[in-house]
Amino acid sequence: MSQTYISLLNQAFDESLKDNSKVMLFGLGVGDIGAVFGSTTNLQSKYGSERVFEIPLSENAVTGMALGLAMQGFRPVMMHQRADFSFTSAEQIINQIAKTSYMSGEVYKVPLVIRMIVGRGWGQGPTHAQSPHAIFSHVPGLQVVAPATPLDGYYLMKQSISSDIPVIFLEHRWLHQTTEGFIKNEHIPDLSEAKIMKSGKDLTFISLSYGVIECIKLAAVLSELNINAEVINLRSIQPWDKSTVLRSIEKTKNAVILDTGHIEFGLTGEVSSTIYSELFGLLSNPILRFGLPMEPTPSSASLALDHYPTIEKMLSEIKAHFGFKFDLAKAISIFNANFPYKSKHKDQPDIGAVGPF
Amino acid sequence: MNIALMNLIKKDFDSSNSKIQMFANLQLIRSVELLISDKYADQIFRCPVHLSIGQEAIAVGVSLNLKLEDKVVSTHRSHAHYIAKGGDLFAMLSELIGSPLGCCKGRGGSMHIFDKSVGFMASVPIVGSSLPIATGLALAEKHLNSGNTVVAFIGDAALETGAFYESLNLAALKNLPLLVVLEDNGYSTYSNKKVRWPDNKNVRETIEGMGVTYYNGSGDDVEEIYAQISSILSVVRNSKPSLVHLDTFRRYEHCGPSLDDGMGYRKPGEIESYIERDPIKILENKMISSGLISEILIKKLASQINSYVEDIFISMLKKNENYLKQFEMKK
Repeated sequence: MSQTYISLLNQAFDESLKDNSKVMLFGLGVGDIGAVFGSTTNLQSKYGSERVFEIPLSENAVTGMALGLAMQGFRPVMMHQRADFSFTSAEQIINQIAKTSYMSGEVYKVPLVIRMIVGRGWGQGPTHAQSPHAIFSHVPGLQVVAPATPLDGYYLMKQSISSDIPVIFLEHRWLHQTTEGFIKNEHIPDLSEAKIMKSGKDLTFISLSYGVIECIKLAAVLSELNINAEVINLRSIQPWDKSTVLRSIEKTKNAVILDTGHIEFGLTGEVSSTIYSELFGLLSNPILRFGLPMEPTPSSASLALDHYPTIEKMLSEIKAHFGFKFDLAKAISIFNANFPYKSKHKDQPDIGAVGPF
Repeated sequence: MNIALMNLIKKDFDSSNSKIQMFANLQLIRSVELLISDKYADQIFRCPVHLSIGQEAIAVGVSLNLKLEDKVVSTHRSHAHYIAKGGDLFAMLSELIGSPLGCCKGRGGSMHIFDKSVGFMASVPIVGSSLPIATGLALAEKHLNSGNTVVAFIGDAALETGAFYESLNLAALKNLPLLVVLEDNGYSTYSNKKVRWPDNKNVRETIEGMGVTYYNGSGDDVEEIYAQISSILSVVRNSKPSLVHLDTFRRYEHCGPSLDDGMGYRKPGEIESYIERDPIKILENKMISSGLISEILIKKLASQINSYVEDIFISMLKKNENYLKQFEMKK
């Protein structure tokens, strides 16, 4: 049976709360009618307001509180409806949470999760659409994960809660209504393991979170044009699964990296640098990088269209960069036929959600 | 070290012997801090230090009220709090020389002293940032229904941080068993409160207005502090978060091993006033004038405690011989 990302995440919370009495969930909206976009529905009534609760809007103190709880053996999950609000608690995350285990000579474990939702579209704008995986990945002592599919969300959340390392769990708002069949006994991936979503021999797409969905679409279009692309879903950004990526590039000798964050000093630079260092001379072409330009994300739907790399723009750049001979107009029409937008507006996902969100 | 002295320093408070035990603990902290100050120029303690000289009475008056299981969170100026809570001097001094035998394996230095086994949970040198963590520790105790209290020591500059207000709101909202001990030495590094607080600031009204019980008092007389904290804790243990605001005197420089009397940042007469405020002198005078102990005996006790600290220092150097060798080679 097919389930949405949100319902599987709710199930992951439910099972974690049930399996371990030390698990606690808190954040803005956790206990209200919206239940953080439905992800915490029914959990407060089921497990009580001692374990599942609303917070005062004091993200910094509440994040430090999560650390104090973790130092005492609890497993708190603190959540932000938008990742941008976590910056008010940067001090606790960067100076305290990331360093407590190290500074204590590993006497302390810090089993906590900070769930952050990344916004996009429908006017989210400069302070509600940031994807801060690169910022947190720069800090030793944190694990940073960014699921791309409903099952990723389910497994990564359960493993993040079980992990003794503090985890920043970044979740794209546009994934919430995506669906996937729940497969029992499927291979349960390690928290730091990337997943090959589609195998191919000509080109490797590397991405995270919602970017993986876009790469799957790009690969589907290319495949109708006889270009066989591999798609890697990183799942964990820090640490990232270098061996899966390098094995793939050894095979395809071509790489496209798509980031949901800004282009400079970020994921695309880090992954490119590793590929160039490890596989220097083996590449058929320079690495192609997509990401957000170095300007804040605009609110306006029309301005946002130029801000995010669209499928049309990416297909055009891929064709030019790798010297592919396909007809661009045909490629775009294949895309539109396979993945029709239900709305004429492209500042919202093509499935499920219509703003405001 | 003789057994009688060991019993004085140990933290199981014996009310029949209270003054002498308080004195021994004050003197122990003073001796350690003076030793660090004395050896600092030798480049053995290779990290910033914030000495507690002048502020010992609060650490002792609070900690003699605490059980081993009660939790303490401290700041950059943590030595007195750590020693008073029963911390391990060997682990602390080893940490100050950067040794892997230190309480943080040499990773934290003086500003991150901790010892989970005595409930000394963390020292947090980013001012104000200890309080959010303390709320989490207190919430954990509440969930565990342990009856334990969390004590967070802060300085006056913490009242200028957002984390302070967020944490107090959280503590009041959740009825946490949290006691915030505000050690008000009047200075943030060299800046007095005139340049940091408006003239009409009312700390009592601020704290009470947030739903937290406020107490104040002197931070110099260890007996007064002990009695005051004893009565406050009986309230805090029933999940009534409180703040106690105590005036104290930081005798040494903000950071480093020395007096800084020549710098001229203190008010006229302020330095001289310390003679009347030295916590050790205050208690000593009371003990002598009440005929509890002679001046000769109290000097003897102080010198025994000094020797005890000196012995720990020497054995600490010996146990860290291998670690210290690397520096000799570079000479």
